[in-house]
Amino acid sequence: MSKELEYFSKKVVKGLMDRRAFMGRAAALGASAAMANTLLADAANAQTPKKGGHVKLGLGGGESSNSLDPALTLSQAPYNVIAHIGDQLVEVNSEGGLDNRLAEEFSSSPDAKVWSFKIRKGVLFHDGKPLTSDDVLKTMQRHSDENATSGALGIMQGIESMRAEGDLFEITLTDPNADLPYLMADRHLRIQPGGGFDDPGNGIMSGPYRIVVDEPGVRHTFERFEDYWDDSRGHFDTSEILIINDATARMSALQSGQVHFANLIEPKIADLLSRAPGVALERTQGRGQNVFIMHVDTAPFDNNDLRLALKYAINREEMVEKILRGYGTVGNDIPVNASYPFFDESIPQREFDLDKAAEHYRKSGHDGSPIVLRVADVAFPGAVDAAQLFQQTAQKAGIPLEIKREPGDGYWSEVWNKQPFCASYWGGRPTQDQMYATAYLSTADWNDTRFKSEKFDDLLMQARAELDPDKRKALYSEMSYMVRDEGGLIMPMFNDFLDARTDAIAGWVSNPNGDMMNDMAAVKCWMA
Amino acid sequence: MLDGLRLHPVVKLVAQRIALGILLLLAASVMIFLGTLVLPGDVAQAILGQSATPVALANLREQMGLNDPAWQRYLHWLYAALHGDLGTSLSNGRDIATQIGSRLGNTLFLAFWAAVVAVPLAILLGLLSVRYRNRWPDKLISTLSLASISLPEFFIGYVLIYFFAVRLGWFTSVATIYDSMDLWDKLSAIVLPVTVLTMVILAHMMRMTRAAILNVMQAAYIETAELKGLTQFTVIFRHALPNAIAPIVNVVVLNLAYLVVGVVVVEVIFVYPGMGQYLVDHVAKRDVPVVQACGLIFAAVYIGLNLIADLVSIVTNPRLRHPK
Repeated sequence: MSKELEYFSKKVVKGLMDRRAFMGRAAALGASAAMANTLLADAANAQTPKKGGHVKLGLGGGESSNSLDPALTLSQAPYNVIAHIGDQLVEVNSEGGLDNRLAEEFSSSPDAKVWSFKIRKGVLFHDGKPLTSDDVLKTMQRHSDENATSGALGIMQGIESMRAEGDLFEITLTDPNADLPYLMADRHLRIQPGGGFDDPGNGIMSGPYRIVVDEPGVRHTFERFEDYWDDSRGHFDTSEILIINDATARMSALQSGQVHFANLIEPKIADLLSRAPGVALERTQGRGQNVFIMHVDTAPFDNNDLRLALKYAINREEMVEKILRGYGTVGNDIPVNASYPFFDESIPQREFDLDKAAEHYRKSGHDGSPIVLRVADVAFPGAVDAAQLFQQTAQKAGIPLEIKREPGDGYWSEVWNKQPFCASYWGGRPTQDQMYATAYLSTADWNDTRFKSEKFDDLLMQARAELDPDKRKALYSEMSYMVRDEGGLIMPMFNDFLDARTDAIAGWVSNPNGDMMNDMAAVKCWMA
Repeated sequence: MLDGLRLHPVVKLVAQRIALGILLLLAASVMIFLGTLVLPGDVAQAILGQSATPVALANLREQMGLNDPAWQRYLHWLYAALHGDLGTSLSNGRDIATQIGSRLGNTLFLAFWAAVVAVPLAILLGLLSVRYRNRWPDKLISTLSLASISLPEFFIGYVLIYFFAVRLGWFTSVATIYDSMDLWDKLSAIVLPVTVLTMVILAHMMRMTRAAILNVMQAAYIETAELKGLTQFTVIFRHALPNAIAPIVNVVVLNLAYLVVGVVVVEVIFVYPGMGQYLVDHVAKRDVPVVQACGLIFAAVYIGLNLIADLVSIVTNPRLRHPK
């Protein structure tokens, strides 16, 4: 009974249930009015951040080869580490909008070519030095340097010049980009003193926690940075990240209360976990995609009928049900979904249709030789099973799909972006522009479907420069149709992020940009 | 030359073994290096992952000297290693020697305590088996230890975690240890992994102890000892065991080597920061210097322990100690 009441009281506080309904439910469950009121007050109190405590995060996705250099971060554990210790200029919030962080405000010239950011005053680095626009400039220079090895290099392009003056940081672009502020929210772009040129991995940044112990692949501990400028963050006195790469070990650590958070919950145990006492499963509908990609410039995939045949021959509903155990949503052969701004929800869903698949296959005139699909477990969780489901349904449409299992080791260098047909995944991007520019622009390095269309490129550039939301939406819609009907992407499903926490933790707000509240769990949550 | 010095034959034998060991180690280092070359992909690609751009890749390769020929890289590394410099990790730019130092310390810590529990226990159980040969204690010991060696270690680990960490809450399932913990905390953290390791290596050593002693028990002098009225246990302990020590030591040492180099699964399950996980992480990143260094240390441990086993056999064998 108490668990149910607790659940309802949380709903009231979140605004999902009104107080009167709650009292009614409480009475139905046999609780006295006084008891119900107390419960409600407790739940409301839990929503007011409390300072203090030691939080432990049990995270998968960390290795002993990790570094504190934000430029080199590439997996979940280091993302969470740099979220503890560093800040960006702006942040993408849970509604998809931008929150100002180290930038107090930003604005652009009317043609969206020159963007200026006003840098917040009174922000200190962990070594006590004040943060200036010059540090911002140097940081951006380090990440945009062609000789750099930053994970943000791909997005730091098209910059004509940058300058810092007083408290202003200004970027001039070669071409207009209405989404530039979103690029500044990239998780690699955490501001470092002097841009981090001297010692990029020393961990000195301006975030709400400072690093105390850094043992990559084992644990990282933090203490609150007392001079942090924003009191609404960094509620724990100390924080500790334990690297637990084994999924079962992570779950048992959570269940036995040795950690407060665990990430990367496997869909197959999510149901079990959500029923376990003292543990809450946090499901975030995200932008991560599990995909099969064809090179549209390589036979036999250079034939659009064959591509359409394969697109119709995949049973998306079944895959969400069986591979993601329902923790996901069906894809529509475009790399974006309704969680993106300016998305056109009227684009019809592509259905599983064996007749159409067979018809397109016949029209393609394919000689009936096996079509090889390369796959490995690392492509996405359950990729091999998904490929087998695909093979079975394709079989029914008379399409001879052959699965070739590749070693996971080296998959990203030898198979992905090299072989004409393989399984892969994409994390989302904060905007449609970024998603398309990263993988569908003719000149993109990661154009892993070899989709090259001048018209598409033009539309992308137009949309990028367009400040009128309606026109932008129309442009993106047209592009979506092109990718959906002519592209090399077969997109069965978007996967949800699954995290878990114990009920000692309050303040969880899911963020579609990433798991663990887009890395901010320890920064924004508090002890209940 | 050695003959001229009239060295004791044992010293000569030992010197030979050590020289052979060093040669073997060198050969092992070449093998490891060749092995890392065969792996698909390179370190730059592995570091940057799916989000690598060609420019970033080229830059990283240049920076890491990956464009030099392989033999040049190998000789360069060997020269530095002989001077005690294992280099810096390619993937995170840290000094390898310092990092390995603490990891190796952890691995040895776990191996030491597992050995402290397992070795005496195995020998004691072996002696008991012989004493009660073919009666119920012998059968019970054999059944239990063979059952525990037959189960995969991750299974035993998960079962122990489920009961003792999740259900009962007696021990922690996260065996992460670090410098600021005192010895007692460290020991309580590693109870479960030590238990698993003990169960895994117990049977092998116990069975060998039993077999080796039983073998000796056939000898005539044992009968003499029995006939002169010694108790069964004294006969086994004082007369049979010393002559069975060589094969037992061999098996014990093999298991000790396993404790140092082969426990990556246990490390992963119990989140223990040892060498195994460290090596696997860096293999995945094609971090050749680290892989080389770990491989070299593992090879050295293996060769060193086997050397010790050889020496013990020599020293405990009168025929080898006093040739002719």
